[in-house]
Amino acid sequence: MNLETLTLQEQIDGLREKKFSSVELVENYISVIEDKEDLNIFVSNDFEKALEEAKKSDGSKKSQEDFPLNGIPMVHKDIFCTKGIKTSCGSKMLDNFYPPYSATVVEKLEQAGSICLGKANMDEFAMGSSNETSFYGAVKNPLNIKKTPGGSSGGSAAAVAANFSSFSTGTDTGGSIRQPASFCGIAGIKPTYGRVSRYGMIAFASSLDQGGILAKNIKDAAIALECISGYDSKDATSIKAEVPNFSEDCESSEFEHVVGLVTDLIHSFGDEDLSKNYGEAIERLEKLKIKTKEIELPNLELSLPVYYVIAPAECSANLARYDGIRFGYRAENVENLEDLYFKSRGEGFGNETKKRILIGTYCLSSGFYDAYYKKAQKIRNLISSDFVNAFKDVTSVMLPTTSGEAFDLGSITDPVEMYKQDIFTIPANLGGLPATSVPFGEKNNMPLGIQFIGNILEESSLLNISNKFQLGEK
Amino acid sequence: MTNNWESVIGLEIHVQLNSESKIFSNAPTKFGSDQNLQACEVDLGMPGTLPVLNEKAIEKAIKFGVAINAEIAEKVGFARKNYFYPDLPKGYQISQLDDPIVGKGSIEIQLRDQEIKTIGITRAHLEEDAGKSIHDLFENETAIDLNRAGTPLLEIVSEPDMSNAEEAVAYLKKIHSIVCALEISDGNMSQGSMRCDANVSIRKKGDEKLGTRTELKNINSFKFVEKAINFEIKRQISCLEKGEEIIQETRLYDAINNTTRSMRSKEEANDYRYFPEPDIIPIQITSDQIQRIKNELPELPDEKKERFINELGLSEYDARNLTYDLELADFFEKTLVNIDDPKLVTNWILGDFSAILNKFDVEAKDSKVDAVKFAELLTYLKEEKISGQATKKVLENIWENPDLSVSKSIQDLGLEQISDDNEIEEIIEKVINNNPDQKEQFLSGKDRLFGFFVGQVMKESKGKANPKLVNEILKKKLV
Repeated sequence: MNLETLTLQEQIDGLREKKFSSVELVENYISVIEDKEDLNIFVSNDFEKALEEAKKSDGSKKSQEDFPLNGIPMVHKDIFCTKGIKTSCGSKMLDNFYPPYSATVVEKLEQAGSICLGKANMDEFAMGSSNETSFYGAVKNPLNIKKTPGGSSGGSAAAVAANFSSFSTGTDTGGSIRQPASFCGIAGIKPTYGRVSRYGMIAFASSLDQGGILAKNIKDAAIALECISGYDSKDATSIKAEVPNFSEDCESSEFEHVVGLVTDLIHSFGDEDLSKNYGEAIERLEKLKIKTKEIELPNLELSLPVYYVIAPAECSANLARYDGIRFGYRAENVENLEDLYFKSRGEGFGNETKKRILIGTYCLSSGFYDAYYKKAQKIRNLISSDFVNAFKDVTSVMLPTTSGEAFDLGSITDPVEMYKQDIFTIPANLGGLPATSVPFGEKNNMPLGIQFIGNILEESSLLNISNKFQLGEK
Repeated sequence: MTNNWESVIGLEIHVQLNSESKIFSNAPTKFGSDQNLQACEVDLGMPGTLPVLNEKAIEKAIKFGVAINAEIAEKVGFARKNYFYPDLPKGYQISQLDDPIVGKGSIEIQLRDQEIKTIGITRAHLEEDAGKSIHDLFENETAIDLNRAGTPLLEIVSEPDMSNAEEAVAYLKKIHSIVCALEISDGNMSQGSMRCDANVSIRKKGDEKLGTRTELKNINSFKFVEKAINFEIKRQISCLEKGEEIIQETRLYDAINNTTRSMRSKEEANDYRYFPEPDIIPIQITSDQIQRIKNELPELPDEKKERFINELGLSEYDARNLTYDLELADFFEKTLVNIDDPKLVTNWILGDFSAILNKFDVEAKDSKVDAVKFAELLTYLKEEKISGQATKKVLENIWENPDLSVSKSIQDLGLEQISDDNEIEEIIEKVINNNPDQKEQFLSGKDRLFGFFVGQVMKESKGKANPKLVNEILKKKLV
């Protein structure tokens, strides 16, 4: 049996029925991982520890109810702090960083019984759409090694696509879960802002960052999401709300859907393949007898410029702590304090990170704040209210995840072209809304994705429609 | 220096709030622990950590706002103030910009000539303290202690309503007494629990427009506030008289040389790039919460003063002096428990007791003579068992020998007053018999010789005779 190709649900069932052990699962994965080292997916791993934990798990009498992921191997994006284990965030700056604490997401998955196989490569500080900004070099797309796996959670997406694990954690600030999921032909969910604790998740843009799950399918994503969701007193922006039974809701027949469509908007891009895939997605909805309604999102196109003001502004402050004083990279042979700052930050950060810090610093500067940051916040509110209006009539909105398929590594050199990758994914972050990417269609032998955006805290309904859509006709 | 100038002063006072844990983390705030032992991962600004607001800090700030009759914000939001410094772990300080928790308010200060002046308070906002850079511990290296990082601060910004150093000190003392009465800070200036920056400018008398100001930093005692401001006023006036311009800058007060020196000019000033703190969602303050805090407010210095005047019959002057220092007021009230004579106690507390506190440089709460013993001592005086002079001697004696009781001290010093009629009569008769000439002269009309007899009696009794009784009996005997 190829254990590594099983879904999370199949692994949970197999372990319960004792068809195989956790040790067998882990050993299987290790051999696959060692086989495919060239994909450059892991920044660090500890297979010995994973095997040890698998042994413990096999010997324990933990109930599946209390420990839903007992003995299940998984992969963390290297943005989540793992106590005593290197957490680099894809940066030279943190190449020597071993946090003395774990992220709440990491703790929750440990408590659920899962076993971490390794930490996945990513764009530096989650800034990138191709994984090429990583200090450790780009991850290669397992479906075609010339292609990007997407970013910034490129390692997490590639890990699932390459059968390194049945699911992985990721973070999504402007599409960093959904875009790589789409590029690698897997499912991904970014929940409502505040549903998953950000504690111990290294900050890029605090008001947009949200942790989530990448998995082979929506059902698996629902199972894992349930484990990492919930209020956390260590994150003041986390929401005090009960966590529904996502895995059950995902397959429930109780939900009624009206899917909002933006056909005219998609046509306005003048991209035939894009329109065609969107049209086919609508056809699938019709075949599934799901109600649809054309809606308007008049300010959607402003998302991109708004995002590229707010995210860099927040990142310019969030990344100020990397000064070479207390942790992380510290330059040697410095003359004075200023020199220590300049050299540590100059040598420790990559170019994309520096560029965004500079953009953000500029946008917040005296005399420019009103023109950039303040205005961007106003437009952000407009975009949010577009969705509020839309959700009066529909239960979710369907959009493409990306405008195209995974591109060749090194092929996009114009930063604005690269930023345009996020055009369909950013609005959900600006509105704090939950959103999924479901594999659908292909182009040039590479997968495409369809995105569903749900209303605040309505992950159950969102997972339900996403799952129906992914399964298609029975 | 000509007298055509007037100075304008505003103060920014940083008060460390005495919450047990820090404003955005669970680390303790206690002063004086070993370096960096009271800084957790949040205080260190480690990657992925997040601030969570300590509600106690909000409560304490509201207390202050209510005490100065200020508007309390309905919505309290925080902002990031960005600048790089090694003892600022995150590279930004979480502070408040647009929605300070405390809005406009005012307090009254009383000046030396009894005049009362109202000083406006522009705002008071919450923020986190930075750590400390220690430059003299290692050669050519700076040490960082982050124990203080994240300690809650209330920054109280005044209007430029003060016109000299005396007013600035009176204002600072008033704020000090209010935060101490509210028990929101220990107010300890030498430990940095209260720190003060002063904005000073000079203008021609009668001018409406304010002159260019300088900001004085690092003034950490009442005495230095006065000295630093006075120095700066003189410096600016002499600049202006020489025809020079005042440069808007930040100046550091050097207490050792009693001078101020330039730290950075306006051009070099930081652009703090404030923006709303995304990690903390703005919180709502309800009118119920404000009302509850109002109801629970302890007695404020002004209220205490009024009570001393109205209920204890003290003069305005005495009541003010007693309530300047709340520990002194507290000692006063504790003394009154055992001796019901407010006027007598006031005189002694503001007089010899304060003098002895000053002499040994201790606060009233650390007095070597507690209020019970003090009351006992004053009772001896009130009951005329010892004289005023003797009381003073006993006070010094029991201060220096804390184990000594009042009665033992009086005995040891041999100061017990003679209030026995017979005993005094005996002494008086002896004195009269020894001075027949003086008696003759007195009886023939030389009234002022009465004083001579009193003096002789006191001398004969070694100062222990009760003066009142001596007077009474002498009058009877000299007829």
